[in-house]
Amino acid sequence: MEKTLNNKAWFLVLPVLILVAFSAVVPLMTVVNYSVQDTFGNNVFYWVGLEWFADMLQSDRMWNALGRQALFSAIILAIEVPLGIFVALNMPKKGFWSSFVLVTMALPLLIPFNVVGTIWQIFGRVDIGLLGYVLAKLGVDYNYTADAFDAWATLIVMDVWHWTSLVALLAFAGLQSIPEAYYQAAKIDQASRWAVFRYIELPKMQGVLLIAILLRFMDSFMIYTEPFVLTGGGPGNATTFLSIDLVKMAIGQFDLGPAAAFSLMYFLVILLISWVFYTVMITVEKAEGK
Amino acid sequence: MAWMAWTLPTALFFGAIACLIVTFTVLAIKFPETPRVGILRIETTRGDRLFITLLGSAFLNLIWLAVGISPQWGALILCFVYACAVFRWV
Repeated sequence: MEKTLNNKAWFLVLPVLILVAFSAVVPLMTVVNYSVQDTFGNNVFYWVGLEWFADMLQSDRMWNALGRQALFSAIILAIEVPLGIFVALNMPKKGFWSSFVLVTMALPLLIPFNVVGTIWQIFGRVDIGLLGYVLAKLGVDYNYTADAFDAWATLIVMDVWHWTSLVALLAFAGLQSIPEAYYQAAKIDQASRWAVFRYIELPKMQGVLLIAILLRFMDSFMIYTEPFVLTGGGPGNATTFLSIDLVKMAIGQFDLGPAAAFSLMYFLVILLISWVFYTVMITVEKAEGK
Repeated sequence: MAWMAWTLPTALFFGAIACLIVTFTVLAIKFPETPRVGILRIETTRGDRLFITLLGSAFLNLIWLAVGISPQWGALILCFVYACAVFRWV
């Protein structure tokens, strides 16, 4: 009987495994070791068991940061995915303008995260920034450093500006893979524009859209640099997301034990959601017969 | 290795996980299997079921700790029952 899987091929990934061991597994083990101990410096540790985990699970600070993080990810996904699809549907399909638009769309993706934060920090300033100045001239009371709503709005617009291109480019790749015969068949059936989108384009984009959602979710759920540069987590704690709070705890306060417990729970949530996305993606691909 | 702040319980914890991974790798090589579809309606191999068990056990332990009604070893019994259920029905 023919074997369905050749598991010996897994040995070919051993070199990668060794690299990952040093870049990820060893640090992760260290974090686990820190999470069950307390230290006052000098590399001297005291066993505390699961105390930090219990503390963190009762901590309003962590739950509030998690709530803000989940809200941020939900908002940007709700905006970027439909907007990315809309942009992709309206992009030129071939010729010079297609290449031009593709290159232009890719530009925000090439800018380093801290530079994006700095651009928007200056852009939003009322005294020297174009956005802040124009809003002030229009009579809008806008100040992202003092008003929580303004800070959130700026962060969301910044993220949409930075990352919608990724969704659009992936959706565009999905659209390009649809054979012309599908559109011709739809034309013969006198299908409406909505019907073409709903029954041809959307199902054909399903695979790439799932990848886009996974990438955007992961990235937004771990966002650190842009909000750190733009708002520093403020005003107050309004934009203190999980990673910002974690860094404040670990490096700012040097609370290594609680920060380690916090980061492990953060890691587990990301692992769970990634696994769900991955499983859905694989199931969809198999259903499509790829 | 002192910088990694090792303790006996964490060393045993990682040792147990390493043993599980090695055991399942050897099992996969010696006895290759066809993925099956269980109650989650997704295809799973033994390795997938181990992953689901370990990840679920981590969350069960955290929930047990958050509720704080019993000693932590109670969660391990629950995890064992959960592991049996995953390997039987998922």
